[in-house]
Amino acid sequence: MSDKLLNIKNLSIEYTTEDGVVKAVNGINLDLKEGETLGLVGETGAGKTTTALGMMRLIPNPPGKIVGGNIEFEGRDILALSEEDMRGIRGNKISMIFQDPMTSLNPVLTVGDQISEVISIHQDLNMAAVIEKSKEMLELVGIPGGRYNDYPHQFSGGMKQRVVIAIALACNPKLLIADEPTTALDVTIQAQVLDLMNNLKEKFKTAMLMITHDLGVVAQVCDKVAIMYGGEIIEYGKIEDIFENTRHPYTLGLFGSIPNLDSDATRLSPIKGTMPDPTNLPSGCPFHPRCDRAKNICSQRVPRHTNIDGHKIKCLMFEEDIKQEWI
Amino acid sequence: MSEVLSSENLEKDSSVATVNKKRSQTAELWRRLRKNNMAMAGIAILGIIIVLAIFADIIAPYDAVAIKQNLKDRLMTPSGAHILGTDEFGRDMFARLIHGARVSLQVGILAVGLSIVLGGALGAIAGYYGGKLDDIIMRIMDVFLAVPSILLAIAIVSALGPNLLNLMFAISISSVPSYARIVRASVISIKDQEFIEAAKAIGANDFRIIMLHIIPNTLAPVIVQGTLGVAGAILSTAGLSFIGMGIQPPAPEWGAMLSGGRQYLRYAPHVTTIPGIAIVITILALNLVGDGLRDALDPRLKS
Repeated sequence: MSDKLLNIKNLSIEYTTEDGVVKAVNGINLDLKEGETLGLVGETGAGKTTTALGMMRLIPNPPGKIVGGNIEFEGRDILALSEEDMRGIRGNKISMIFQDPMTSLNPVLTVGDQISEVISIHQDLNMAAVIEKSKEMLELVGIPGGRYNDYPHQFSGGMKQRVVIAIALACNPKLLIADEPTTALDVTIQAQVLDLMNNLKEKFKTAMLMITHDLGVVAQVCDKVAIMYGGEIIEYGKIEDIFENTRHPYTLGLFGSIPNLDSDATRLSPIKGTMPDPTNLPSGCPFHPRCDRAKNICSQRVPRHTNIDGHKIKCLMFEEDIKQEWI
Repeated sequence: MSEVLSSENLEKDSSVATVNKKRSQTAELWRRLRKNNMAMAGIAILGIIIVLAIFADIIAPYDAVAIKQNLKDRLMTPSGAHILGTDEFGRDMFARLIHGARVSLQVGILAVGLSIVLGGALGAIAGYYGGKLDDIIMRIMDVFLAVPSILLAIAIVSALGPNLLNLMFAISISSVPSYARIVRASVISIKDQEFIEAAKAIGANDFRIIMLHIIPNTLAPVIVQGTLGVAGAILSTAGLSFIGMGIQPPAPEWGAMLSGGRQYLRYAPHVTTIPGIAIVITILALNLVGDGLRDALDPRLKS
């Protein structure tokens, strides 16, 4: 228990809107050990970003609210902390990399000031030492320290994302939440940034939660993977479990949507349909309307997690008492 | 760290740094403003007025020239001895004009400064927190807006008594609501940007986010409105002094000078015309600068 850096239990987050209650996250369980990387994968709207914001307690309220469950970080319940204590954790113990580096840097402050800011908030250093440390961070992400006084618009997208990484790692956090850090970058820069993150992660022994919809990125950096669908984790396991021993029909669908050079298929086989409306999730298994292996029971019974040697699947196909239906 | 990125990349980055000239936003703004001839003319006129006002005591000592009455030289037309003539008490018009510029600029700038601080703070709080606080602050501002600003200023001055300080206070209070509205509108558009969320994610508190991340991003419209506001404040000062609610005689003030000379309009029109022209030129210069700043800060014109 104590070796777990982060332990999320039954976390549920809802947004109350005029059109009804949006159940963005429905009772998810996650845990992370020190230095481990977990990939959180899912389509747009699956609740990935909401989960991440929930861990930072940054869900905009109203309309958002954490309605259940708990988040334990270093043995402390994050949801019970005061706002003051929480600010001490953000950027210091848990930090976050946002999706779009173009908009996550303040255009009117120099990049140096923005790195210095996080250091001066959390560390009791004099200004000269803060600037010194900021320049070190810049160099660490491969940007010359002499560019300390440059503004964000003078950097390219990839360099901006490196600045964002420098800000996130400046206080040597225990946990780094990366919310689609490479989505806004082109593929060559993507590889550079991922390499950089991987190296720095190992250097600082930081655990990482990598949010992405790109399975290629997951394969490159993650130790464990959680597949999210409709606010639930429907498959969870070590990277080998997910990639080589895919079980859940949705995950199979995700892999089927990736072009493969070895096969002669002229068309991809995407998952049919779209994500369900989160204000009105389907009964039973949330995936059943799109699942090509769905049976009648899928719309009636909510699947539980089936645990096969640490590989957890939330699908009725694997539940002991009814799995013969599919044989 | 060369193990993180290849040295080739580092070299490329540093060469980009030297080619891409370091240019702060202020320098960029100045570069664009310089292309605008009208704005530069405005800045030049303002510069001359400011220099004259600063060195007024050296050019024409206050007690000896601007205040001292000299009745045998009254209502003289411009000549070598008095380049702009003399007023109804034989005082040198030029001396009074440049001392009057001091008052006008002082009131204009300080009154606008005070209303930007007050209005900005109220607008930022209302915009950032929203909800009930926003409603309360902005409805109070609406009440202020409903009263014509010159009437409000007259009411405040007559309640507190006419002097320089009260005049400044009255003029700034009556323009607080417009700054509150401008700042609130910009804050609302900026607070939902991702970099504000990023600032929250590094543990910054609300005060820091407002002061360091939001306010600097709202400055552009405030600077424009402020420059135009100085012109308005100078006009209000002159107006209030004209009706005797502002600067009291014998202190020189443009509006008071206008008012004092109006009885002699037929025999000595220069006594009223000259302060009038001074007001017109100053306001024109400020408006030119304000318009120039607005164009220079317009992101659509950025090249």
